[in-house]
Amino acid sequence: MRDVAIIGAGMTDFGRLADDDLIDMMASASLRAMKDANLGDTPIDAVYAANMGAGILNRQTGIASALVDTLSLLPAPADTIENGPASGASAVKAGVLAVASGYYDFVLVVGGEKMRNVTGWRATDFVATLTHPYAEYIYGVTLPSMAGMFTRLYMEKYGITEEHLAMVAIKNQENGLLNPYAHIHMKIDMEGILHSPDAIVNNSYVAKPLRLFDCCPVTDGAAAVILCPADMAKKYRKNFVRIAGFGQATDTHTFAERDNPTDLKAVTLACDKAYKMAGITAKDIQLAELHDAFTILEIAESEHAGLFKKGEGAKALEAGITKINGSLPINPSGGLKSRGHPVGATGVAQIAEMTWQIRGDAGPRQVKKHDIGLTVNFGGFGNNVVAFVLRK
Amino acid sequence: MELEKVLRPAELIMAPYPAKVITLATGKKMIVRQAEPDDVPAILKAVKPTIKIERDYYDIVGARVYAELLGWLRHRVRNEYCLIGQVDGILVGLVNGRMLSKRIGISLHTLAIDRGLRVGAHLFAAKMEHHIEYLEQHEVWITAESPIGFRRWMIEYELIKQPNIQHELGGADSFKLTRELYFKHKPRLVSGTRPAPPEMLAHAKKEIIIADEKTISEQICGAKGAWRQ
Repeated sequence: MRDVAIIGAGMTDFGRLADDDLIDMMASASLRAMKDANLGDTPIDAVYAANMGAGILNRQTGIASALVDTLSLLPAPADTIENGPASGASAVKAGVLAVASGYYDFVLVVGGEKMRNVTGWRATDFVATLTHPYAEYIYGVTLPSMAGMFTRLYMEKYGITEEHLAMVAIKNQENGLLNPYAHIHMKIDMEGILHSPDAIVNNSYVAKPLRLFDCCPVTDGAAAVILCPADMAKKYRKNFVRIAGFGQATDTHTFAERDNPTDLKAVTLACDKAYKMAGITAKDIQLAELHDAFTILEIAESEHAGLFKKGEGAKALEAGITKINGSLPINPSGGLKSRGHPVGATGVAQIAEMTWQIRGDAGPRQVKKHDIGLTVNFGGFGNNVVAFVLRK
Repeated sequence: MELEKVLRPAELIMAPYPAKVITLATGKKMIVRQAEPDDVPAILKAVKPTIKIERDYYDIVGARVYAELLGWLRHRVRNEYCLIGQVDGILVGLVNGRMLSKRIGISLHTLAIDRGLRVGAHLFAAKMEHHIEYLEQHEVWITAESPIGFRRWMIEYELIKQPNIQHELGGADSFKLTRELYFKHKPRLVSGTRPAPPEMLAHAKKEIIIADEKTISEQICGAKGAWRQ
């Protein structure tokens, strides 16, 4: 197996991109990544396109075929990868395996989703199609409702409060202000979203105890990376980033079948595999991009990834450890909470952000220590998780 | 002057809306106060750019609000009022309505200029508060021109559909808010503190600051695109 490097990363604005269709967005991110990789005349050998739901949201399928033609990359082989909200990292994994195997040298991985052309209700219903059709979906389960139940249990077990959740929201929206690609550019404060009597309107409950600002927005956007064998990378970019390790794990489709509903087993397994492959432990991680579709998930994933002991994620938050200038910054990009969550794009966006951070190219949101970072892309409600460790 | 008397509608006596202060999610304070006719020219400067914005039906709402406020200023609409939201003096949104009769109120429009802060939700709630608590009306008739309005008003307030009762804005059937519904939802949807601090109110009244056209357009539409550098 060959070592794999990331030599380019690109991203579109995340937000409501009313004038751009899905393929346009994915093409824009791809071209940015190719330019960033300084590819010149080097041909792309294969394309992996991550997308969760264009068939439902945009009445369009065959995304990879449409994209590769739009980009004039014919006859490059192209596959669409769908793995729920973990589609992005799954596509990167597929690209990494293809390069590592020696089958392809230069691979474009791009993730995109266009969700804002439907109402919020339809977008929520679309994401809910990943739940169990007979045990969950038909009873009206949505991801926010599932996350609400999980949050309640997690709060009771570990003493987490609504204030802790709000601290995640405030931190990540503050980080998002530094990210030009982020969907949400708004500084919020504890009084306005929690302590003031007006907070009941500003930040109403969505699925108790989760409020509006505990949930990521519905977002359009695309992100891309260019992969190649590490021994060829230097020709294109001196400060390339290495794929040090990756891991993937699954858990029960039905949430209620889990032995312990507060245990995100797949996160732990995926991260452990990634650490082992990278030859490190969680203690070596200097920064992380976690899948904070709901604020509770940042805390829970940070514990299940081994960055903090169980029940201590909130304490780390209180101590400022996870802030952008803390000793272990989490979601310096603003995370899903602020950058936004175009489901098929998110996993690639996390890796693009980590690439910029490790290169030292993250601009005003650059963290101090950036040699080795973790990304966690959380599919389903933790039933399919893909983790990556990237390093200099 | 005699002809003008004929053209001007007779007005009902309307109780004033006492100003209040709302803390927004950003922590900034928004004054919600009743506009005076003298404020209309300044307000129209903020409404005018919205007429060109197709997104989320701002063009229809903007054009209609413009006409309604002008009608109020020039005494061609009966029993109209306008409530405005200001943050640091800057106009961030407005609502207007009128009394159809002593018993029935008409909700006209809600126009949020600064989006993402629930300014529209707060101002719509203030409008319902005015009709029910200060004008002491029994019901308010409401219609929606955009899906956002429908979701906010018809669903959040569980408004009662009135089949075959046309709202004066035309369009779809009207919905109504009763006193009972208002007080049921008030704890969840109506907020704000009174009295508004005098210095804050004086500052708001001193000048209505209007953002420039580009800023208003970006606040409403955003400035994002897949190809933006």
